[in-house]
Amino acid sequence: MSMYHTKSVTELSAMLQAGEVSSVELTQYFLERIKSSDDKLNSFITVCEEDALAQAKESDEKLKAGNAPALTGVPIAHKDIFCTDGVKTSCGSKMLDNFISPYDATVVANMRNAGVVMLGKTNMDEFAMGSSNETSFYGVVKNPWNLKAVPGGSSGGSAAAVSARLAPASTGTDTGGSIRQPAAFCGITGLKPTYGRVSRFGMIAFASSLDQAGPMGQSASDCALLLNAMAGFDEKDSTSIEKEVPDYSADLDKPLQGLRIGLPKEYFAHSEGGMDAEVEATIKAALDQYQAMGAELIEIELPNSGISVPVYYVVAPAECSTNLSRFDGVRYGYRCEDPKDLNDLYTRSRGEAFGAEVQRRIMVGTYALSSGYYDAYYLKAQQLRHLISDDFTRAYEKVDVIMAPATPETAFNIGEKTDDPISMYLSDIYTIAVNLAGIPAMSIPVGFANNSSGESMPVGMQIIGNHFEEAKLLNVAHKYQQVTDWHTRLPEEFK
Amino acid sequence: MSAEYGSWEVVIGLEIHAQLATKSKIFSGASTAYGAEPNTQTSVVDIALPGVLPVLNKEAVHMAVKFGMAINAEVADRSVFDRKNYFYPDLPKGYQISQFELPVVGIGSIDIELENGETKTIGVTRAHLEEDAGKSLHEDYAGMTGIDLNRAGTPLLEIVSEPDMRSAKEAVAYMKKIHTLVQYIGICDGNMQEGSFRCDANVSVRPKGQEEFGTRAELKNINSFRFVERAINIEVERQIDVIEDGGEVVQETRLYDSVKNETRSMRSKEEAMDYRYFPDPDLLPVILTEEYRQQVKAELPELPEQKQQRFMDELGLSAYDAGVITASLALANYFETVAEKTGDAKLSANWITGELSARLNREEIEICSASVDAEAFALLLQRIKDNTISGKIAKDVLDAMWDGEGSADEVIESKGLKQITDTGAIEAYVDEVIANNPSQFEELKGGKDKMMGFFVGQVMKMSKGKANPAQVNELIRSKMK
Repeated sequence: MSMYHTKSVTELSAMLQAGEVSSVELTQYFLERIKSSDDKLNSFITVCEEDALAQAKESDEKLKAGNAPALTGVPIAHKDIFCTDGVKTSCGSKMLDNFISPYDATVVANMRNAGVVMLGKTNMDEFAMGSSNETSFYGVVKNPWNLKAVPGGSSGGSAAAVSARLAPASTGTDTGGSIRQPAAFCGITGLKPTYGRVSRFGMIAFASSLDQAGPMGQSASDCALLLNAMAGFDEKDSTSIEKEVPDYSADLDKPLQGLRIGLPKEYFAHSEGGMDAEVEATIKAALDQYQAMGAELIEIELPNSGISVPVYYVVAPAECSTNLSRFDGVRYGYRCEDPKDLNDLYTRSRGEAFGAEVQRRIMVGTYALSSGYYDAYYLKAQQLRHLISDDFTRAYEKVDVIMAPATPETAFNIGEKTDDPISMYLSDIYTIAVNLAGIPAMSIPVGFANNSSGESMPVGMQIIGNHFEEAKLLNVAHKYQQVTDWHTRLPEEFK
Repeated sequence: MSAEYGSWEVVIGLEIHAQLATKSKIFSGASTAYGAEPNTQTSVVDIALPGVLPVLNKEAVHMAVKFGMAINAEVADRSVFDRKNYFYPDLPKGYQISQFELPVVGIGSIDIELENGETKTIGVTRAHLEEDAGKSLHEDYAGMTGIDLNRAGTPLLEIVSEPDMRSAKEAVAYMKKIHTLVQYIGICDGNMQEGSFRCDANVSVRPKGQEEFGTRAELKNINSFRFVERAINIEVERQIDVIEDGGEVVQETRLYDSVKNETRSMRSKEEAMDYRYFPDPDLLPVILTEEYRQQVKAELPELPEQKQQRFMDELGLSAYDAGVITASLALANYFETVAEKTGDAKLSANWITGELSARLNREEIEICSASVDAEAFALLLQRIKDNTISGKIAKDVLDAMWDGEGSADEVIESKGLKQITDTGAIEAYVDEVIANNPSQFEELKGGKDKMMGFFVGQVMKMSKGKANPAQVNELIRSKMK
C-alpha cells in the first residue's frame, strides 16, 4: 500500500490534481489509519466515515471536470470547536455531547467550498480551556511521540492527529497558545493568524477578543495552502477584518538575506518562564541556522511580557464566564434530570455538565466582572493589554520577526500538572502575549529535548510577526524547513 | 398642579422602551413582525446557538440617531454595546446586549404643555439601543414554562428622562409627547397593545421645599397612558402613607397590578442583580461622523411643533386646534386630507376636534381604527358646504356612516335628509308658523329680535331640520316688511 501519510498536503494536492490518486482512495486510507491507530491516541471525538467518502466522491468529480481549487479532495480534520452542519459538535464537553449543529462555521464552509474533505472532529480541552487536553469530557489525548505525555492543548487532538498522520492537516483555534503549544509538543507546524483574519462565526467562543482559528499541518507550505482557504472577511463576524487575502503560498521561497530577527531578552534571560536548558540549546541551534541563511539576530525588549499571564487570566475567564452563559439547559445541550425549579435546572445542568477547569474559569471571570471589582480587574487588564501591544509595536520598528520558544519545556506527562493549575497556566507563558496583542505567530519544530521524565520530545520555536504579516512568517518558516527535516520526522509508532 | 399632593412634592423620571420599526432584528436577519407562530421568527443568532455572533443592524442605529437629532440631543461620536448578564429562560445568551457607559444618544430635551397652558422642558438623560428578550408563557404548560423567542433580538430604544416631572399628569404628558415624536419620525409604530411602546417609572416623594430627593421605587412595565397615571398616583399615595406613618420608603422595584390598582414589591435593592456590564467583545464601537449626523438631521420629517405652527400660520387654525390635531401624526394626516378635499381648514378642524374626536374618545380607539376614512369624512363636510345638508343633520349622517350605513351621499339619499332649498316649500312652512303664532309675530315686528330664533326653530322643527336655515331667516324677514 502506498504511504500517503508520509506526504504533505502540498504533495497530496499535486497528486490529486495530476490524477495520481483519487480523493476516495486518500480518504479511505486516512479513515483506515484512524480506525487502526486512534485507539492509542484518542485524538478524534467523531469520525465522519460516510460523509467523508461522499465528499471525496464529489471532489473526484470536480477534479475530473478540471479547474478544481488546490485543496480539492484533500482530507483534513476539524477541531470539535467548529460547528459542522449535521455533525455532532461537542467542544470537548459533556454539555454539548448531544449537540448536532444545524449550521456550518464559516471556517468549515470555507474549507468545504475549497473542496476539502472532512474526516472527523478532533478532541480538545473542554471549551478550549486547558493546555494538556486533560480537561476533555472525552478523555485525554496522548502524545504520539510518547504515549505517557500530553499532546498539549487545547487543540491537542488536532496536533496529535497530524503528528501521527491520521490526518494530513487539521484546523485549530488559539486563545492563549492553543495552536502553537500543542504544535510544539507534537512536533508539527501551526499558525495563529492575526485577530480578525479568520472568521470566528460558528467557532464556539471561549474568549471572544482573543480567539482565532488557524491551520495545523506538517509544514509552513501546508499551512499556507490551508490559510488561503480559511482566511477572509466575513460579514457574519463584526470583528473580522475587511482586508484582501494575499496568496500565502506566493512568497514562501523569498530569500532571508538581511532578515532582522528580534530575540526578546526577557524570554531568553531565564528570568521569566524558566526555560529548560535543553530547550534553550535547541532554539539557539535553530537561530544559528537562520544566521547561516543570512538573517541578523537582534536583542529586543518586551518589558511588559511579565504581566501577560495575569492579564490573560483576567480577560479570558471574564469573557468566557459570559460566553458560556448560553449553556443553560434550556434550548439545547445537557439538561439535568427532573429539575425541581428554574434555579435547580440552571445549577444542576451547569454543575453536572461543566468540568472543574471550566467551572473554575467561569467563577474567576464572574468575580472579575462583578460590580466593585470590574475596574480593578477587567478594566485594568484591558488597559494593560495596550502596554503589551505597544511593546510589540516598538519592537517591529527594529526587527521583521521575533523568535522565541513556544513553551518553556517539552511535553510533560499526563497527570503531572493536573493538580497545579498555576503551573499548567505557565506552560503558555511565551504564547499568551501574542493573543493579547492580536498579532500572528507560528510554531515550527526545531529539534528534540528531554522532558522532565527524561523522554526525548519535540521542541517548537515561535516566529511572531506584526499584524497581517502571515505571509512573512510562512516564508521565514518555509526557508528553514527547506534546509532542515525536523518537520518531516514521524513518531516511531506511526511511521 | 402640585396642589393635588398636599404638602408633598412628587419626583418622577421615566424610562421609555420604544420598539424600533426595523424590518429585521437588531443583531440578526430574522423578521420583527408581530404575531407569528411561536419561535418561527428566530435565526441561529436569536436562539444563541453555540458559535453564533451578533451583527449590528445599521437601520437601528439610524433610527436612534434620528431620535437624538429630533430632541436636539448630543449624539455620540463613539458608542459601545455592552453585555448585561443575567440568567432567564427567555434570554437565550444569558446576557442582553445593551449600551451602558457610552449610549448612542446623550443629553437632550423635549417640551411638554401643562394644563395651565405653560410649557415645561423635560430633560432626556440618554437614549440607548438594546435588544428585547423573548417571552415566557406560563399558561397552557401545566407546571412548565413555554418560551417564545420571536421577540428576542427586537431592537429597542430605551429613552431615559431626568427626574423632571412633578405629577402623574406631567409624566403622561411627557410620555405622550415622546409617543407622538417617535411616530412622527417613523422609528416606532407606537402600538401599546402589542408592547411596542412601554415604560418604567421612577417615583419618589419629598416634603415641599426639600432639595434632597426621596428614596425612589421603580414601577415596571406600564403599557398604557391611563395606567401610567394611575400607577404613579397609587404609588405616591403609598409612599406618603408609609412616611406619614413613621416608616421609610425602601429602594425597590415594584410591579403595577392594573386589576387591583396597586403596586407590589418585586425585589429590593439588596436583591438587585449585579449585571456585570462589560463591553461586548463581539461588536465594534459605533463610530458616527458629524457629516452623518447632519445628514440624518436634514432627513428629519416635519416635527409636531413645526406642523402645529404651519397649521396656525398657513391654515389659520387656533393654537389649541392645531395642538390637538398634531398630537397624533395619524390625526394630522387625516386632517390634512380632509382640509385639502374640502378646501376649508377651519371647518375641517372644527369637525375633527369636535364630532370626530368625541366619537373616537367614546369608543377609545385611535384614528387609524375609525370606520370613516378621511375621504369619506371630507365628502360629508362638502355636503354641508354645498347646502345639501345642515350641520345639524350632518351629525346624524356621520352617526350612520360610523355604523357602516354607507357614504354621506348614500345616507342622505336613503334617509331622505336632503336639505329643502325650494323657496316655495319653505315659504309655506313660514306662513303656517306665522299664522299659528300671531302675537309672537307682532312682538318680532315690534323689534324683539329674540323672537327670530323662536320662528326659525319652529320652521326647522316643522321641516324636520331639512329647511335651509339661511333661507328660513331671509323669508321671515321679508314677511316682516
